[in-house]
Amino acid sequence: MSEMRRVTAICNGTVVDHIPGGRAIQVLRMLRLDIGRSNPISMVMNVPSAKLGRKDVLKIEDRELSQEELDRLALIAPAASVAIIRNYSVAEKLKAELGEDLVNIARCSFWNCITQNAREPLPHKLRVVNIEPLEIRCSYCGRGQDMDEIVDNIL
Amino acid sequence: MGDLITMDDLTNKEITGLLDNAERLLPAAKGEIYLPLLEGKVLANMFFENSTRTRMSFESAMKRLGGSVLNFSSAGSSVAKGETLYDTMQMIDGYADVAVIRHPQQGAAQYSADTIEIPVLNAGDGAGNHPTQTLLDLFTIREAHGTLVGLNVVLVGDLRYGRTVHSLSHALVRFGATLTLVSPESLRMPSEIVSDLNAEGAEVTETTDLAGTIAEADVIYMTRIQKERFPDEDEYTKVAGIYMLTASDLAGAKESMVIMHPLPRVNEIHPSVDSTRHARYFQQAFNGVVARMALLCDCLGVKVPKKVK
Repeated sequence: MSEMRRVTAICNGTVVDHIPGGRAIQVLRMLRLDIGRSNPISMVMNVPSAKLGRKDVLKIEDRELSQEELDRLALIAPAASVAIIRNYSVAEKLKAELGEDLVNIARCSFWNCITQNAREPLPHKLRVVNIEPLEIRCSYCGRGQDMDEIVDNIL
Repeated sequence: MGDLITMDDLTNKEITGLLDNAERLLPAAKGEIYLPLLEGKVLANMFFENSTRTRMSFESAMKRLGGSVLNFSSAGSSVAKGETLYDTMQMIDGYADVAVIRHPQQGAAQYSADTIEIPVLNAGDGAGNHPTQTLLDLFTIREAHGTLVGLNVVLVGDLRYGRTVHSLSHALVRFGATLTLVSPESLRMPSEIVSDLNAEGAEVTETTDLAGTIAEADVIYMTRIQKERFPDEDEYTKVAGIYMLTASDLAGAKESMVIMHPLPRVNEIHPSVDSTRHARYFQQAFNGVVARMALLCDCLGVKVPKKVK
C-alpha cells in the first residue's frame, strides 16, 4: 500500500512529503502547528522511501505554508517536498530551501551567548556553514548548534 | 580593515603587514620618539569585564601615537541599571572613532559591530575570541623565530574556555604551524574549532601529557585554568594546577624554544622559569603595545611611514 493512500486526499492545504523518518513531530513543532491551531492534520510516520529509507508525511488541511515557514522546515527536513493542494489537485510544488542566513528563525542555544539577553534588540542570526552534514552556527558567538536543540529554540 | 572580531577578518597578507608595521613602530612604543600619527582621534575602551594588560596596552598604544582614550567600565555605569549592550554601544558611536570591547558574553563583539558604525576591535568576548592578543602573540613568535611558517607550537591548559588559544590556533595553522593541544579531557579545544583547524589541512595532535611535548616544541603557550569561566566550581577544582612548568622541566628543550603566556599566571609557570632563555611572557606583554599601535593605525586609515624616525 502506498503511503499516499494511508490517509485520504485533502481538498485544500499543504502536503509535506519526504520528511526524514521520525521527524514529523519536530516539523509540527517547528512550524508551530502543534499548539493553538484548528487545522486538521494527518501524519504518516516511518513509511518506506526509496530516497530516505524511511520517511514521514504530513497533510495539513486548509493551510498553505509560506516561504518563511518553508525556511524553518528546511532546518530539519532539507529534502522535503511541499505541495500546495487546491480543490484536490496539486496547485504548486515547492522545495524547502535552506538559506545561508537564518534570521529570527531560532535563537542560539549557547547559555552564554549575547543573544540570551531577551532585551537586546538585534535579530537572532544563525549561519549555515555546511549543508551535508548540516552544520549551523550562531552568527554572533560562533557556537555550533545541536540540531535537536534548534527545535526547542524556535522563535 | 573595518572591524576585527575573529582572525578570519584578516588575510595572511594583512597579518604580515600589521606585524611589519608593528616592528616599525617599536621606537614609538618604547617612548624613544613621539609619533603623533593618531592625533585628534579618540578610542573608547569598553570594558564590561576586568582587564589589566589589554586595556592598558590599548591606552598606551593610543597615547603614544598622540590620540586620546575614553575609559568605560560597566561597574558604576548605566549597565548596572540594566542598560542593554545595544544602547551603550549606540552612545559610544557618537563619542569615539574606534571602540575596543571586552565582554563576559560570547558574541558581544560581533553584536556591537552590527550595532554601530565605527570600527569595533574584539578584546575578548567570553570564551570566544581574542584576536588582538593573537596579533601580539604572532609578533612575539616571529620576533623569536624570525618566521611564523612551519613551527611546532604546543598550546597548554584551558583550551575549552581560553579565548586566546581559540584565536591563536586559527591563525597559526594558516601559517603552516603544527599544533599540539595539551589539556585535561574536560578542557579540550571545542570540536567546532578542531574541525575548522582540520579543514585548513592542519596537523593537530591532542594529548593530556605536557612533558612529552617539550623536546620537540618551538613554542610552548601556557594558559591559566580560568576559574571564572567554569559553570561548576567542582569541575574547576578537579583540574586546577594540573600543568605546572618549572625550570628543571626544560632541560631537554630546544635552545630556541620560547615559553609564552597571555597572563595573568597563577601557578602554571613557576618563577624559576622567568630567568631562563625560554621565558618570553613579559616581552609578549610589552608587544601588546606595538601590535595594537599597528592595528589602530590600520583601522583608522592612518598609514605607518616606511621609516619611523
